Amino acid sequence: MLQDDGIAAVLTAPSRQTWMRLLSRAPLQMLEAYLADLAGAQPRWLRRPESGLVMVQGRIGGNGERFNLGEVTVTRCALRTDPERVRCEHVGVAYVLGRSARHAELAATADALLQDPLSRARLPTDLLTRIAEGLAERQAAQDEKARATRVEFFTAARESVGEPTEPPPS
Amino acid sequence: MNAATGGTPLDLNAVGPGFSDPPLASQAVFRAALNAFARPGRIQRVASDAPHPSGAAPAAAALLLALLDPDCTLWLAPRLAHGSAAAWLRFHTGCRIVSELREAQFLWSDADQMPPFEHLPAGSEFEPETAATCLVQVEALGDTPGWRLQGPGIERTQPLTVRGLDATFLAQWRANHAAFPRGIDLLLCAGECVAGLPRTTCIEG
Repeated sequence: MLQDDGIAAVLTAPSRQTWMRLLSRAPLQMLEAYLADLAGAQPRWLRRPESGLVMVQGRIGGNGERFNLGEVTVTRCALRTDPERVRCEHVGVAYVLGRSARHAELAATADALLQDPLSRARLPTDLLTRIAEGLAERQAAQDEKARATRVEFFTAARESVGEPTEPPPS
Repeated sequence: MNAATGGTPLDLNAVGPGFSDPPLASQAVFRAALNAFARPGRIQRVASDAPHPSGAAPAAAALLLALLDPDCTLWLAPRLAHGSAAAWLRFHTGCRIVSELREAQFLWSDADQMPPFEHLPAGSEFEPETAATCLVQVEALGDTPGWRLQGPGIERTQPLTVRGLDATFLAQWRANHAAFPRGIDLLLCAGECVAGLPRTTCIEG
């Protein structure tokens, strides 16, 4: 998914969907490093972090029927930022895989700030870039590792294509 | 008719917070609702720390916040539907707001905008539990002698005074009571107080 968009597109005009995806997939340490002092001790919770199960649907091939693949744990929250730290009226929302309430809180904080053109300046300008690059690197490393175990299957192809058919034995 | 129906996206920036401790707070509110229906006409206090939306009686807002879930349908009277209450309930409970009265499992209305009882879902003889539960916001509730309530849950009679209800209310209620086992159930709300009127209760005015 990430490669399709390209990092360049992410950087020029990120949509809310784009940054919510990046924030939800970013490593927690990275968010912690960038956002810990902005997140504040007292966010105004609209919905405290809560974990639940979400049914993931899958599909084999492009035209197959959708089927229930299985349930994944998702943690979500919605908040307004601590007004004593940052003045921002927007509500930040986050849905992240796993059970990390802290990850959801930090991602929602960043979502709130990114929606407001004024408070966006409070975030490090390269936040999304760094996350996108980090994810791309991780994906590349994973691909590299998988490629090492690649197996080429040789099947005995029909050799009759284009050749005259043998006359049936008489 | 209603401003907010199921499919429209929510404007989260207009939504206020719900209970600060949802499990305990909704259990306390649920207990108040249980007592209200078990002891018809006896006034219960609904304690809630959830900031209620504009135009909402705190008791009614807290009751709906505790009772509704994504399987529930709610009909809002026009004044409440145009406020922030619909978005607030949809966000916190996931309930579905409907504009057709006959689809509603819950109704929320000020006393002066309450639709006639005969238009409300009253259940059927076989499924009386599908009748609507109505939260009606009245001006004031008191236990000074006014109405005399009788029926299950009341030992002799229970006094109740309600300010702000329509003059036709008693006649409508009599018809509702007579239709048992069909019929709607009412929760009368004023400020932080609530009094239950299940369909089994007989009111003498």
